[in-house]
Amino acid sequence: MGILSQPVGAIAAWLQALLEGWGLAPGLTKVILYLIGAGLVATLVQVWVIFLIWFERKIIGRFQDRLGPNRVGPYGLLQPFADLIKIITKEVILPAKADKAVYLLGPIVMNAGVLAIWAVIPLMPMVGMDTNIAALYTIAVGAFATLGILMSGWASNNKFALVSAIRTVAQMVAYEVPTVLALLVPVLLAGTMSLHGIVKAQHVWFVIFAPLAFLIYFIASVAEVGRTPFDLLEAESEIVAGFHIEYSGMVFAIFYVADFLHAFTIGALAAVLFLGGWRGPGAEAFPLLGVVYLWIKAFAVYFLVVWARGSLPRVRIDQMMDFSWKFLTPLALILLVVAAVLDHFVIGLGVWGRALSHLAANAVVAWLVLQYLEHYDRARARQRPMVAQPGQYPEARPPAPVETSPETAS
Amino acid sequence: MTVMQIVFLITAVVTLFAAFRVVTTPNMVHAALWLIVTLFGAAVFYALLQANFLAVAQVVVYIGAIAILMMFVIMLTRREMRDRGPQTGKQWPWAAVIAAAFFGGLVWLGQQAALPAAPKADVPKDSIAQLGQALVSPNGFVIPFEVASVLLLAALIGAVYLAWTRHQS
Repeated sequence: MGILSQPVGAIAAWLQALLEGWGLAPGLTKVILYLIGAGLVATLVQVWVIFLIWFERKIIGRFQDRLGPNRVGPYGLLQPFADLIKIITKEVILPAKADKAVYLLGPIVMNAGVLAIWAVIPLMPMVGMDTNIAALYTIAVGAFATLGILMSGWASNNKFALVSAIRTVAQMVAYEVPTVLALLVPVLLAGTMSLHGIVKAQHVWFVIFAPLAFLIYFIASVAEVGRTPFDLLEAESEIVAGFHIEYSGMVFAIFYVADFLHAFTIGALAAVLFLGGWRGPGAEAFPLLGVVYLWIKAFAVYFLVVWARGSLPRVRIDQMMDFSWKFLTPLALILLVVAAVLDHFVIGLGVWGRALSHLAANAVVAWLVLQYLEHYDRARARQRPMVAQPGQYPEARPPAPVETSPETAS
Repeated sequence: MTVMQIVFLITAVVTLFAAFRVVTTPNMVHAALWLIVTLFGAAVFYALLQANFLAVAQVVVYIGAIAILMMFVIMLTRREMRDRGPQTGKQWPWAAVIAAAFFGGLVWLGQQAALPAAPKADVPKDSIAQLGQALVSPNGFVIPFEVASVLLLAALIGAVYLAWTRHQS
């Protein structure tokens, strides 16, 4: 067991030998090792957020034709540290009529929900909890993020915060359905719910098998995180800042960290489910390379999230609900059925034959959907012309009477 | 005492305390939050018994859906979150007697029943695959499974029908 072929396993074995040498019981040693592992993962990904904040501000700056942070340190790299020191020195203000315990627990519950997802993400071969329910688990702990927002929105004793919390629940319930249905496609293709198993099954990335499912998963996850264009829960122009309106200082910073980390986490999840996870040249022999590959892929997806934030306007709430229930959910259901039925017939074709037939089926579904949308659009345009009809708006003046009728003109 | 037993004891104490607070706290939202703690404690028990799928399903269904909708409804319907009146009704002694008798009966039954010894073998690694196959195999539970599906579908259609607004043209 070399340090290069199994870095974490080697360190864990060394630590275990050390602790047992001190005379601790083997059961207790195992628990201590688990605690160290969980603490390390949770701490490292939160420290990673410091870099994410710089990255996102820089990219958004470029999208908006600005320079972004560029004063503190080279390329503004130390700007997040300056912000960090500033936010630590700020006072944590408790609103007088807030529900104190729930108010302070809200951000912690939200952050815990995001961090819990990292327990099952396979960072490299042999690392990360390998359980046969991991895919479902990522959905389950996502509920805690919702719960945290709901708690803080209610406990702030602020009408805007409560409206935001209620919007959040509506949005999460709506977009959880397409997320789960799209998630089922890679589960079905790999034949397991274990994320390790899904990564191992991707000799060809599942994004080639199921590009539409990847798109649905991506869009629905962005909505679940509440990023633009689905940031109705903190729409500044309508409800000021949403659920975190009353928060300040480090308590607010926890929300901030959870938000950035959640966006990166869905990048990592999409990379694991659809982009091959730690797979890449040489990752089997040197697992540390696997972390690099996973990080690059997660960053690619995260960049898409930031790109969407930099380019798209916010959707209205009715558009958001319609998009999930009337478009994404039926489409995801159709895709799931198509993938299941098709896979039954092409499973013997070899990896590439299987991948290409799935790709062809996806192309057909995409073409049909586009045809349907065009037809639907035309039908709606016929039904409701773009010009205002007489009597449609009470305050609008009726159109001028037709001056020449065929009878009088001739 | 193994570590698992310590975890079990802590979880049991927290779960019981939370369940107690659900019925005694005057604040409705706090009651819902304590209920979430109780349900999560049950999920931890499932995980301790190596029933991973049940544990996650418990979190998805009860915390992710039911408890959050419950909080949602409480927030939407009540302006005053705090109950000012007394916490108990007139019949509380009778309810206490019946509850105590029921609990005593359960304890007695548990002691009387000859529980089989814990199986020596570990839980199979792919228990969830076996569960899935049992649900759809003709020798397994395919008929109850389908009946439940049809029932849920009927409930779904009924909900859509009730919420349908008929446009008058």
